[in-house]
Amino acid sequence: MSARDDILTAVRDGAPAPQPLPQVPDFASGTSDLVGPFTAALARLDGKVVLRPPAGILPWLSTTFPDAHRICSAVNEVHGNVTPAEFSDWAAPADIDVLIMRTPLGIAETGSILLTENEVGVTTAAVLAQHLVVLLDPADIIENLHHAYRHPAFQDAAYAVLLSGPSGSADIGGITVHPAQGVTTLTVVLAPRDNDTAEQ
Amino acid sequence: MRVGLMVPCYLDMFYPQVGIATLELLEKLGVQVDYPFDQTCCGQPMANSGAHTESAATEELLVRNFADHDYIVAPSGSCVHHVRNKFTAAEDTPQRRHVSSHTWDLPEFLCDVLKVEEFPWARFPHEVALHVSCSAIRGLYQQSMSERPNDPWFSKPRSLLEKVDGISIADFDRHDECCGFGGTFAVTEEAVSAAMGNDKLQHIGASGARYIVSGDMSCLMQLQGCAHRDREDFHFLHLAQVLNGDAE
Amino acid sequence: MKSVDQARNALAFLEDEAHERAFDTLIWGLRERRDAAARDVPEWEELRTLASQIKEHTLSNLGQYLEMFEVSAARNGATMHWARDAHEHNQIVYDILNSHGAKHLVKSKSMLTEECDLRPFLQRRDIEVTETDLGERIQQLDDQPPTHIVGPAFQKTPQDVAELFYRVYGSDPDRADPVYLAQVMREHTRPLILSADAGMTGANFAVAATGAIVTVTNEGNADLSGNVPRLRICSVGIEKIIPGNDELAVFIRLLTRSATGERITQYTSHFRKPRAGSEMHIVLVDNGRSARLADERFWPSLKCIRCGACMNTCPVYRRSGGLSYGGTYMGPIGIITMPAADIRRYRELPFASTINGSCSNVCPVQIDIHEQIYQWREVMDDHGQFSTTKKAAMKVAGKVLSNPTAYRAAAESGLAALRVLPHFALYMRLNAWGRHRDVPAPPNETFHRWYARTRGRAEGDQP
Repeated sequence: MSARDDILTAVRDGAPAPQPLPQVPDFASGTSDLVGPFTAALARLDGKVVLRPPAGILPWLSTTFPDAHRICSAVNEVHGNVTPAEFSDWAAPADIDVLIMRTPLGIAETGSILLTENEVGVTTAAVLAQHLVVLLDPADIIENLHHAYRHPAFQDAAYAVLLSGPSGSADIGGITVHPAQGVTTLTVVLAPRDNDTAEQ
Repeated sequence: MRVGLMVPCYLDMFYPQVGIATLELLEKLGVQVDYPFDQTCCGQPMANSGAHTESAATEELLVRNFADHDYIVAPSGSCVHHVRNKFTAAEDTPQRRHVSSHTWDLPEFLCDVLKVEEFPWARFPHEVALHVSCSAIRGLYQQSMSERPNDPWFSKPRSLLEKVDGISIADFDRHDECCGFGGTFAVTEEAVSAAMGNDKLQHIGASGARYIVSGDMSCLMQLQGCAHRDREDFHFLHLAQVLNGDAE
Repeated sequence: MKSVDQARNALAFLEDEAHERAFDTLIWGLRERRDAAARDVPEWEELRTLASQIKEHTLSNLGQYLEMFEVSAARNGATMHWARDAHEHNQIVYDILNSHGAKHLVKSKSMLTEECDLRPFLQRRDIEVTETDLGERIQQLDDQPPTHIVGPAFQKTPQDVAELFYRVYGSDPDRADPVYLAQVMREHTRPLILSADAGMTGANFAVAATGAIVTVTNEGNADLSGNVPRLRICSVGIEKIIPGNDELAVFIRLLTRSATGERITQYTSHFRKPRAGSEMHIVLVDNGRSARLADERFWPSLKCIRCGACMNTCPVYRRSGGLSYGGTYMGPIGIITMPAADIRRYRELPFASTINGSCSNVCPVQIDIHEQIYQWREVMDDHGQFSTTKKAAMKVAGKVLSNPTAYRAAAESGLAALRVLPHFALYMRLNAWGRHRDVPAPPNETFHRWYARTRGRAEGDQP
């Protein structure tokens, strides 16, 4: 008998009496303001929310990250000096200073944004880059995790991460530090989709 | 209403004044109380050690002593928790079930059955720290627990103590963390047990209270032992003694 | 085989007062933050009940869900393996690595791999393993097992870590600054991650309907370990399966809040399909779980989602330290799971508890932990794990306490009564109580005596 057969037989033979699966409600509170809670939740894990800079993203980038040289843009509206298509392998994004992407989904409950391979082909870029900038349309913010897990953007992705702050760790003495192995800062820029025009 | 008084073995032997206070208090409240003389112990000492078989005869003796009472009242949360919720060594007879479902810890009996509103004979013009045992909180649900922060606040022992003239009840940190007694734990893990007891005394001491009151003498015995060793100046009283007007 | 003497280990831990105080403060702080997080969620108790019901449903239909997971994972392009025990798991992992010529493996935190003792197995076969979780890596460098399931190095102060990094990396021993120390780790470990031949993760959850492996980290190290190398292995205990995404939402809402009081971790990651040109291997591991499932008293322990809330609240764990339990899992969950693996070695663990019940009330999946601890004590008695002196003492106590006349005679004799009660057990050194406390002084007369004297009730009189 294979290990598979042994294990399946053992769990079938030994299982307790079957219990029903409960129905999970969506716990919607019907709140209309989602930007406020989203911003507060993201701040808990030291992420930042900013409004779309009136002068454009690129000028804002140079003032916010003055030492950044390699800027990778995964969105049409911003041109950096590296595109995700140029990565030779999944370790390559390690020398990226700033990655800019647009997320299809924000979650107010937890201050999370969704990233899949549809947003950035080489998804390790969102962990290996020094700084992550995420464009989020406020209309794409939903209330909570129950809604999030039913969202279409979630369903078929090969890899989907809910990012809720810059990489951190409290493993040393319980004191939270940034970064650990991932990005040093996470900034969400509230920018409606159809206002986007390509920036040179 | 036939009420039987249960005086646990350790109170019988070491703190008879708690049994006396309980009896006198119930009589002051107009209750006629039986004391089955052949009672000994609830069986907890053996059962909690895992010696299930060895506790059966003791549990069955308790059932025989109290089978005919409508209410069985004991001034000990841990014993009542055992009788009500863990009385599985004794044979499962109708009498056993009757005893299990009709045993009350003193604060519950006073609040829920007698619905006492005042203790006119009692006066205690001091600041006290009330320690409610883990058995009373998480076994008997006499007080809301800090692990469930969304539950509405309530406390049966506290609501009784508040009715005593002159009393002031202090709040202290980690108020429902275990005192460290745990029965044989106090002996088999005596270093951890003493550390827990000392920590609780430290939190209570920081509140300024010097009187420690509880519905469980086993917790007080533990704290008293830690306090004396370190020459600390606390006074320990069972809830029954304060409500009965024994102390002033 | 000697049993783990948790009490003696705890005493040693307590003797280092500075470390014990720091540890108790840190871990209690996690409990307080958990309380604050629960207070913010009005439906908290409802979520706990849902989580418990979902787990009980899944475990009672585990065969069906394992097969569903297997089908989903295969459809995604992942390769499934099955391991009956720790040795098979380790062998499978080695074979995958060896057949790909992988010599260096990076991995994120997995208590299952600790359970299987994977690292020494691979290292003996010339495969280098680098832990990427900061706390796990610290313990690896110090050759110590994890001391807490969420923060493996919580027992170390920043000063301890600074000294360790000085020994290993030559960094500044006087800079006990966690920001600096994390930077030291990042600088040394990142290159290893980027050049690794293979990556390994555990799984917080495995979703049957989608075939996804879910990891929950603050660092993003599971994402790196899983996505950077082309060869990726995932070790999954069979009890980690949950039905679908609707159910996953409940657990994600409960897990981090229970563990640290945050609403979520920075990286909550769902791995479904291997990326083009890479391989994903999933190893489903039994290692005693099916045996536990068949135990009608203890199978609810399989609901555990490894949040650590039970140990955070446990007053004994906080004053004993995680290593005192001598096993992979520590604190309350350790007490109810380790004895199933080795009843002789862990026969004292069920007594490292005051059965206060706090653990059961913080457990997000409503495992009746303290009641299981109590039942394990009975199991120890049934399996002959009591010493002969303890057994004898229990018999004596049981005989005396069930005989009213014998009891009253013993009780009247004052100090001799101390010997009757197992509280002051015969099988212990009698002065153990007195080592840190004063012994209560026996009073002048027992309640029985007082009652007989004042109420006129003689011995043997029945009401």
